[in-house]
Amino acid sequence: MPPAQPGTVSAADAAPHGGAVASPGRPGGSKERTVQLEVLRYNPDTDTEASFQRYAVVCPEEGVVLDALNEVKASVDPTLNYRWSCHMAVCGSCGMMINGEPKLACHAFLRDYAGVIRVEPLAHFPIERDLVTAPDDFMEKLKRVKPYLIPKESKPIDAGEYKQTPAQLMKFRQYSMCINCMLCYAACPEYGLTPRFIGPAALTLAHRYNQDSRDGGRKQRQEVAATHEGVWECTFVGACSEVCPAHVDPASALQQMKIASSVDWIVEHLIPGGNGS
Amino acid sequence: METITTDVAIIGAGGAGLRAAIALAETDPALRIALISKVYPMRSHTCAAEGGAAGVIKPDDSFDFHFHDTVGGGDWLSDQDCVEYFVNEAPKELLQLEHWGCPWNREADGSVAVRPFGGMKKQRTWFAADKSGFHILHTLFQTSLQFPSIVRYDEYFALDLLVDDGRCQGLTAMEMRSGQLRQFHAKAVIIAGGGAGRMFPFSTNGAIKTGDGMAMAYRAGAPLKDMEFIQYHPTGLPNTGSLLTEACRGEGGILVNKHGRRYLQDYGMGPETPVGQPQLKTMELGPRDRLSQAYWHELQKGNTVSTQWGECVLLDMRHLGAKKINERLPLVHELAESYLGVDIVKDPVPIRPVVHYMMGGISTNTRAATPLPGLFAAGECACVSLNGANRLGSNSLVELLVFGRSAALSAIEHIQGLPAANAAALNVGAEATQARIRELFSRSDGSESMSGLRKEMTDTMEKNVGIYRTEEGLKEGVAKIHELRERYRRVILTDRTNVFNTDLFQVLELGSMLDCAEAVTVGALARKESRGAHQRLDYPDRDDTNYLRHTMVYRQGAEPPRVDYLDVVITRSPPGVRDYSGDHK
Ligand SMILES: Cc1cc2nc3c(=O)[nH]c(=O)nc-3n(C[C@H](O)[C@H](O)[C@H](O)COP(=O)(O)OP(=O)(O)OC[C@H]3O[C@@H](n4cnc5c(N)ncnc54)[C@H](O)[C@@H]3O)c2cc1C
Ligand code: SF4
Ligand code: FES
Repeated sequence: MPPAQPGTVSAADAAPHGGAVASPGRPGGSKERTVQLEVLRYNPDTDTEASFQRYAVVCPEEGVVLDALNEVKASVDPTLNYRWSCHMAVCGSCGMMINGEPKLACHAFLRDYAGVIRVEPLAHFPIERDLVTAPDDFMEKLKRVKPYLIPKESKPIDAGEYKQTPAQLMKFRQYSMCINCMLCYAACPEYGLTPRFIGPAALTLAHRYNQDSRDGGRKQRQEVAATHEGVWECTFVGACSEVCPAHVDPASALQQMKIASSVDWIVEHLIPGGNGS
Repeated sequence: METITTDVAIIGAGGAGLRAAIALAETDPALRIALISKVYPMRSHTCAAEGGAAGVIKPDDSFDFHFHDTVGGGDWLSDQDCVEYFVNEAPKELLQLEHWGCPWNREADGSVAVRPFGGMKKQRTWFAADKSGFHILHTLFQTSLQFPSIVRYDEYFALDLLVDDGRCQGLTAMEMRSGQLRQFHAKAVIIAGGGAGRMFPFSTNGAIKTGDGMAMAYRAGAPLKDMEFIQYHPTGLPNTGSLLTEACRGEGGILVNKHGRRYLQDYGMGPETPVGQPQLKTMELGPRDRLSQAYWHELQKGNTVSTQWGECVLLDMRHLGAKKINERLPLVHELAESYLGVDIVKDPVPIRPVVHYMMGGISTNTRAATPLPGLFAAGECACVSLNGANRLGSNSLVELLVFGRSAALSAIEHIQGLPAANAAALNVGAEATQARIRELFSRSDGSESMSGLRKEMTDTMEKNVGIYRTEEGLKEGVAKIHELRERYRRVILTDRTNVFNTDLFQVLELGSMLDCAEAVTVGALARKESRGAHQRLDYPDRDDTNYLRHTMVYRQGAEPPRVDYLDVVITRSPPGVRDYSGDHK
């Protein structure tokens, strides 16, 4: 067990009931460190092409890359641009490439990086300026998959809630956790090659509603999801699930959708009396 | 400057703005709706809300209980007609969200589950794990996608309201991507711009919560109400300020000082309840103002734990066990682990009070109307006087829904039979915005840095308008904010290009925060009593004779603002004693 900081009271002394405890917090958390950043800059007003700029700032050791960017913006270079808001990995604003990997800047811990940290805008999206990319394509695709409840049976509000058991909830809960950060799009080689691909997050949201016991809209969503812009474009690389900061596992959603679509096809085309021709 | 003509313009696409937009679209599909937001809707700070949303649903509960909890929790500064309306509408709104697909947690029989929350006598907080606000926001946003009449202007930064003929008739905004100014001509405007917690250095609020909406209304002549009431949440992570939801205590977490004592029992919230068996409305489930104040006293007594992040008390959840923690508090587990390095299953986590929520805001009535005709407001930017002097946790998310909808219905009523707009007159207003922005870009005598001024402002707010306040400190605060507002006229814009210029937006946001800070400090100095979140060491008691009234602050151009008062609406609960000592006295 690490010793408590000098002059501090360890939580063990304060433990109200049973069990020895370590000192609160990661030892040495108050230490500072010089962080070197190499940031891709581009301003369409003034630049013909993008180029890297170096910064060095002092940050707390337990900080994140976003803290380093904020320090640059506040005390070195006010002209640096990026998006952020929540600083707790839930608003999805701060996706960028950090040492070549799609990451949330507020969830990329400095302790995991040594040397110069390279920061670039999210791959596969056009740059608006510096680290700010244009998400228009994603926003459009999201809308196309109809990511809202299309009720199986409509009922008035005063008739109360639709009943849904915890097990039914668990069938789609994970897929409802998507923060729309688009890291999976930046990681997906298929989206990089074939931009019309609806992509991991939007398809996963379609699946989320398809799997909801209250929903009856799967048929409508299949018009987009079960096409060659949809799940069939996915070659199951799985990069999306690896980078997802919200543990949504879009790859598994797409896999389930493919299986379900195959079953549809079999029902329609091979089973006598199916819905097909 | 391009003009966009619409029927209703909404500033803000968080919970309140989206709810208003959907209500407009559903009620009258022919309406043209402009939904304007400086961030993509799902980035709005509603996404950060963790704990849940309160609405009476279970058979052992009643509207009456919810009413009394809210009025007492607000230290009798709530307007009781408003609370009445709110508690009645709350379950309908939460059910509506359920019908739109919100993944609420469930009981085994498939009905909606509820959890205990601070200051609530019954279990009535609906929740979606500890990501309730996130799910509410995404459910609303996704639902809104099916209405073609909701035209979104994502990443448009709203600047000024356009007022003509005594009515609010639109606004100016900048398209952030191009840096171009636009004017929106609208028959009604709804502000849903969120809070202003970023006036303080240590806050649970995201970077976007800079009070722009409040400041726009204030500059247009609408009063800001009860701005001195700032809620400190008792349990923030000491380094980042990230919130550990009240549900930590709702589920049974306890607060201890460096001696291992559950110190809340020493501040009128005892006697101690058994560990792991939380009881409603006492000890750890007392209201936020009381808990944050107890921390302050522990600090004075030297009972806090010194950590590398400063003085803390400890939130202990170990007895909940890994299973319950991962089922009910997964986000808390992950936040404490990754940002602080504490595994809450194994260790108590150091925490301290953190600025969280503004009870005050743009003055509105129960219909979400401001005193300026044509201008409506809802959500955290508004003060409809639901929360009084202290908001109860989980009332706010519901407030967004109830009054977002109410603002929409009132706006529809307002626009019937209005005379045609005088476009030329509105243009004059828009040109004033343009001149203001031009001046910033061409300023040559700038001598103040944005980040320098911002730091002085946040330091002043923390030092002088914190959990406990004094005449001397508040006078200093008022003077300092006044000085900073003067110096703000000489702030330098470093970046003078057009595309996504966040230097410019930060300068504008600082201006908004200074407007809000003026109302906060002036209101706090004028209120010579202690009530809810406004605690004065020099006036320790509540004074119903003189201050059972709302503070109304009006901007007076360059002159100091005018402070006025408005009576609180009392219908059936005369001011009483707030008692959080539990049932077993
Ligand atoms: C960490 C945290 C946890 C919370 N937990 C709970 C909880 O469990 N239960 C509960 O009831 N409450 C909770 N709250 C409080 C509650 O979440 C907020 O009060 C509420 O979400 C505010 O919603 P809103 O719609 O008013 O504003 P926001 O969601 O903040 O949205 C504001 C909108 O206004 C827009 N905007 C602002 N300025 C401009 C401008 N200049 N131009 C254009 N657009 C602009 C933004 O882009 C955004 O879309 C919590 C708050 C925090 C910070
Ligand atoms: S699936 Fe994961 S990586 Fe993709 S947008 Fe959603 S949260 Fe981000
Ligand atoms: S700032 Fe919100 S996800 Fe990073």
